[in-house]
Amino acid sequence: MSPVIERQSMPAQDPAERVKNFKEVALGYTLEQAGREARRCLGCKNPLCRTGCPVDIDIKSFIQAIKAEDYLGALKIIKEKNNLPGICGRVCPQESQCEKECILGIKNKPVAIGRLERFVADWADANGFDVVDASRKELSGKKIAVIGAGPGGLTCAADLAKRGYAVTIFEGLHATGGVLRYGIPEFRLPKKILDREVDLLKRLGVNIEVNVVVGKTVTVEELRGRGFQAFFIATGAGLPSFLGIPGENLNGVYSANEFLTRINLMKAYNFPRYDTPVSVGEQVCVIGAGNVAMDSARAALRLGAREVTIVYRRSEQEMPARVEEIEHAKEEGVRLYLLTSPLRIIGDEKGWVRAMECRRNELGEPDASGRRRPVAVPGSEFILNTQTIVCAIGQGPNPLLLSSLPQLTLNKHGNISVDENLMTSIPGVFAGGDIVTGAATVIEAMGAGKKAAQNIDAYLRNSR
Amino acid sequence: MSYRIVKKIRLHSSVCRLEIQAPEIARKALPGQFIILRVDEPGERIPLTVYQCHPQQGTIELIVQEAGTSTLKLCGLNADDTILDIVGPLGIATEIKKYGTVLCVGGGVGIAEIYPVAAALKQAGNRVISVIGARSKDLLILEREMRQAGDDLFITTDDGSSGRKGFVTDVVKELLERETIAVVFAVGPIPMMRGVAECTRPLKVKTIVSLNSIMVDGTGMCGSCRVTVAGKVKFVCVDGPDFDAHEVDFRELTLRQGRFLEAEQASRNDYHEGHTPCHQ
Repeated sequence: MSPVIERQSMPAQDPAERVKNFKEVALGYTLEQAGREARRCLGCKNPLCRTGCPVDIDIKSFIQAIKAEDYLGALKIIKEKNNLPGICGRVCPQESQCEKECILGIKNKPVAIGRLERFVADWADANGFDVVDASRKELSGKKIAVIGAGPGGLTCAADLAKRGYAVTIFEGLHATGGVLRYGIPEFRLPKKILDREVDLLKRLGVNIEVNVVVGKTVTVEELRGRGFQAFFIATGAGLPSFLGIPGENLNGVYSANEFLTRINLMKAYNFPRYDTPVSVGEQVCVIGAGNVAMDSARAALRLGAREVTIVYRRSEQEMPARVEEIEHAKEEGVRLYLLTSPLRIIGDEKGWVRAMECRRNELGEPDASGRRRPVAVPGSEFILNTQTIVCAIGQGPNPLLLSSLPQLTLNKHGNISVDENLMTSIPGVFAGGDIVTGAATVIEAMGAGKKAAQNIDAYLRNSR
Repeated sequence: MSYRIVKKIRLHSSVCRLEIQAPEIARKALPGQFIILRVDEPGERIPLTVYQCHPQQGTIELIVQEAGTSTLKLCGLNADDTILDIVGPLGIATEIKKYGTVLCVGGGVGIAEIYPVAAALKQAGNRVISVIGARSKDLLILEREMRQAGDDLFITTDDGSSGRKGFVTDVVKELLERETIAVVFAVGPIPMMRGVAECTRPLKVKTIVSLNSIMVDGTGMCGSCRVTVAGKVKFVCVDGPDFDAHEVDFRELTLRQGRFLEAEQASRNDYHEGHTPCHQ
């Protein structure tokens, strides 16, 4: 047995410093750290890590390549399956995917697969290497439309372009990336990483048209008329949920989508150099406890809020955010008000939020999700002073495109129904990611994009 | 894709008419629909109603009132300049059909928004009576166009410098007394639309207003534009912009329009500083 090497911790900006800027928090491994971490890998004969990866990266092999200091080799191995390693290395929930399966995790901590993936992507960028698959098959001449330039759409487009198809991505916003652009803040995913990955996609031959809302600017039928033979709908979850409590339309109440879009897509943190404003009070409450809630809370701190509180109806154990994100938020001073449910938002005569009335809960029996259900504690109501409230309680499917396709079959949640090949009720129209599953993760959307690309390829071959 | 300005006319000191190359939108936009644009990289996304479309030429026309930084920037552009991003058409088009006698009311720059509705209603066989108003004669836009678009036109100005002295609601009230009006369409400042709604409410005359609330994406994603209609939360960008005026919570809408007043002022100051010739 080789001596036990500790899992290499991730260098990060100091919390006291980082709450004052929007720069990336996690700084990435050095060559030495990456080497040490890679050497922790046991190189299992039957590596389980790969089974936990939604896009089936040959994890063991790329870690072996890092061990051998063949970083370009590592990049090539990753890129066989994943076109966006710089992004996945940062935002994938590895602890519940590849790293969860790592054998080392039984007695010790698993290999930091995500951090190594990020290391490889950043190394390639810093040293001017990238892998654009030049082995493109001959062009089939067939045109495919991908609707939405988020993680699912970008992945599907890349895989189809590699197979020789003429792919156009139609994006409703003025910029690519979907949630990677408007949702995930700069301090967690620098936009230059996204730009770099999208640029590589363009070099694969993918055509990207922004400012096109399919269903409004152009319909699927019209695109068929222009020669598009297959479609991949990857429009994501894009309809914010509100709590349905009194006072939600008061000034100072944002959906997380609005709050984060103003900050991330529109760069309100650079106001007034950028024209889009966002206002935060001294005291900010974020309702919800997923990654979006953590992003909102940490963004609020960086915008100058003195006190930021997460209000969540269950206990810390049930918080859906990644442990790493919760830890980062706590380090930065975000307070957790657990087992607390908002009852109503109280405003002043000018329509601005002044406070929120909440109630304490205790945990009862498990509900349908398997998590223990919050039960109200009678007489536990209290008032929390706050001037800004961000609702980060999830989102539903955006109906804009769906309403333009009445023949599309939806499920009871309003998401698109698909068959085992991700084909919708309309022949040649495929769908994947959040618009099918409801709000989930970046990598799951990417997994759906990969699967859709395979199936679209098969569909077009058979329908010749 | 570049959105080139092919023509710019200044209608008065603070309102411009821009004709812009945007062929996809020109083919599609219907009366009542809007676009979202971003003038330049640091710019905001702002919604603007489409004034006219010229599908043959591939252009759309917008009428823009200088108010905040974005509209100041927009009105500062000239022919051959380009706008960075335009997306649309967005929102649900106004329901155009034969109603009978209809009343189209426009206030201020809202006249530009009621114009395509009035013209389309006329084409659909309605008798169109229009009432337009402004603070004074020199701020009144599109008088000739509105006269051509409908059967009768009434004008009011706050100071009496053109048409009748007073508000559009004064004329609306009188017309409601002597005419059988099937439906009223009103676009303008919130107090005007609210005023029209109060005129028609007791008579139960159906009244449609087109709301212009603060938006970011304009596709239902952010909820910035939410408004309470008949006790339910609606998004102006995807559920509207047209709503039944008698069901709209105008008080809340007015308060919500003030969400970024301070920031808007700061942004304007910053813009003016950057555009003062002696600025260092």
